[in-house]
Amino acid sequence: MTPRDPMDAALDADLAARRREFEEKLKHARVADENFLSVSGEPKPALCDPTDLEGFDVLRDLGWPGEFPYTRGIHPTMYRGKRWTMRQFSGFGSARDTNQRYKFLLAHGQTGLSVAFDMPTLMGYDSDHERSEGEVGYCGVAISSLEDMETLFDGIRLDRVSTSMTINGPAAVIFAYYLATAQKQGVGLEVLQGTIQNDILKEYIAQKEYIFPPYPSLRLITDLMAFCLDEVPKWNTISISGYHIREAGSTAVQELAFTLADGFAYIEAAMKAGLSVDDFAPRLSYFFNSHMDFFEEIAKFRAARRIWAKRMRDHYGAKDPRSWLLRFHTQTAGCSLTAQQPENNIVRTALEALAAVLGGTQSLHTNSMDETLALPTEKAVKIALRTQQIIAHETGVADTIDPLAGSWFVENLTNRMEREAEEYFRRIEELGGVVPAIEVGFFQREIARAAYRCQQDFDAGRRVTVGVNQYVESEDTGPGIETLKISGQVGLEQNRRLEALRRRRDPDRVRRSLEDLRNAARGKDNLMPRLLECAHAYATLGETIDVLREEFGEYREAPVF
Amino acid sequence: MDAPIRVLVAKVGLDGHDRGAKVVASALRDAGMEVVYSGLHKTPEMVVDMARDEDVEVLGLSLHSGAHMTLFPRVLKLLRDRGLEHVLLTGGGIMPREDTEELLRLGVGRLFGPGTTSQEFIAYIREEVGRRRSLRKD
Repeated sequence: MTPRDPMDAALDADLAARRREFEEKLKHARVADENFLSVSGEPKPALCDPTDLEGFDVLRDLGWPGEFPYTRGIHPTMYRGKRWTMRQFSGFGSARDTNQRYKFLLAHGQTGLSVAFDMPTLMGYDSDHERSEGEVGYCGVAISSLEDMETLFDGIRLDRVSTSMTINGPAAVIFAYYLATAQKQGVGLEVLQGTIQNDILKEYIAQKEYIFPPYPSLRLITDLMAFCLDEVPKWNTISISGYHIREAGSTAVQELAFTLADGFAYIEAAMKAGLSVDDFAPRLSYFFNSHMDFFEEIAKFRAARRIWAKRMRDHYGAKDPRSWLLRFHTQTAGCSLTAQQPENNIVRTALEALAAVLGGTQSLHTNSMDETLALPTEKAVKIALRTQQIIAHETGVADTIDPLAGSWFVENLTNRMEREAEEYFRRIEELGGVVPAIEVGFFQREIARAAYRCQQDFDAGRRVTVGVNQYVESEDTGPGIETLKISGQVGLEQNRRLEALRRRRDPDRVRRSLEDLRNAARGKDNLMPRLLECAHAYATLGETIDVLREEFGEYREAPVF
Repeated sequence: MDAPIRVLVAKVGLDGHDRGAKVVASALRDAGMEVVYSGLHKTPEMVVDMARDEDVEVLGLSLHSGAHMTLFPRVLKLLRDRGLEHVLLTGGGIMPREDTEELLRLGVGRLFGPGTTSQEFIAYIREEVGRRRSLRKD
């Protein structure tokens, strides 16, 4: 830190005195009877000045864009060099239905694909499993085998798109299907670009779509990371996700702290598995939520970059600057959308998207206005995509790097979020780390409490939601807009296809591949090559996961509220 | 004084979104009801067994997966098959209005969507349970 000029100190003292005088004058001023809390329930200052940034050092705390500690962004040229990727998360019905939607989105200027899977796929069940009934194709696309994955990307060359896949419990199996699809298209694995979410820790914390207990799950993750090092070097092997933590009801600081704590846990797991930090850390990326409190979100993104850079360099000893970079995807907050007057959601999403861009996101999903009701229609998705395009091309906000830097308020908020996150890291450490903290329900309780507080504020009218508890329109109990319908046929057709596949494939190859997988699961060998062989043998998702369930066991959470 | 209302808040199906279920469970508890929370990933059979074992008057299902048109009717049928038709089946989540209207016609109680205040569903449960209790006394 640069030594302070005594003149500065005198100026500061003068300023502080003037600030007190100013506040004195306002003591009897009338202000609205509101509590002025952020979306996260944090009190906010009415005004900031340089005295709120005591000890602030531009070079140490901000640096330059593309330079440590990356508070201002990860690229020296930011959006002048490359705009963020516009990536709309999408998937529904059969692989054929979703394939059509992807072609539609690519034709309308989307620059990356993002696959949403249905619940049975997320939980590792085939579409024809009894637990899948009524859920096939509803929340995303149903993928039960390599055959479905081939259909999903039919006519889409995997060397020409980057693909993000939101899958966690069975991530390694689904990833094997993607790799096998590329091989069948004649595309080399070394050119594949994209991201697999593969973030199991936040499943135990928030999203709750887990299959195996934590430690076997972490082994699957480190196996995938090690495999990608050699075979799929451009692939992002984990998207460490705060999105779901926030949607489950956390505050912004909790999202920041719990997500980064998960990141540290993956770093430690991989180092323990013998990988060298600079080999794998550059392939980790993050995924955050962008909620309605504009400045709080921007500060969160900036703080995240700074915390990660410092930790990676100073704590984990990473030498390669690429390991210090926190790259992230953002999705606007689904939980901020309302079922009432759904068109208002377009505005909410636009403001949240703007915060993500001002926070320096690398890619962005904007929610569609109808998502509190059902999966989005094509029209709603198109408006959401256009929202990003308007921000990119018309507002000019992306032309100047980190334009809010130096704002006393934003810098103060960034510092505060960093401090509060560090406090959470200490508490998690005291509990023995992330996995033990999950096992005692620490994160789950913290999040449930914050969610309940949020509801209580809403119930008491302290939190205003336009169109819901203020500016309500009479008789407005639901949408005046079209919603997407998923046909119950999807499940039936999917069952027929699976049945045909089971008859058609080579049963010996299926049996052998599953046996090899079982043996590897019992030992220490990397499971990815085995999973790739299971994929090519057309072993189904359910069959493959069942082998691992038998070997690894299943996770159960103690129900608390 | 009337006995406290006993409620089972349950998650059926594969959907892991438990924010709503937990918030509702907390709000009902703070409103003086006796609340049991099922935990995640239950089958309709498991939930109806719990409703019987816990002797509840209200079963609230939380669903965000789109599987409501399968799971609500199944739970309703199981309740009837096991002589538990006095249990009020209600719930909430992400469900289009035409679906909730259809479920209402089938005999499911009111279903609540995003933006509902705790007062609304607490009042509904009190009123509906009060009505059912007085019917049973007659």
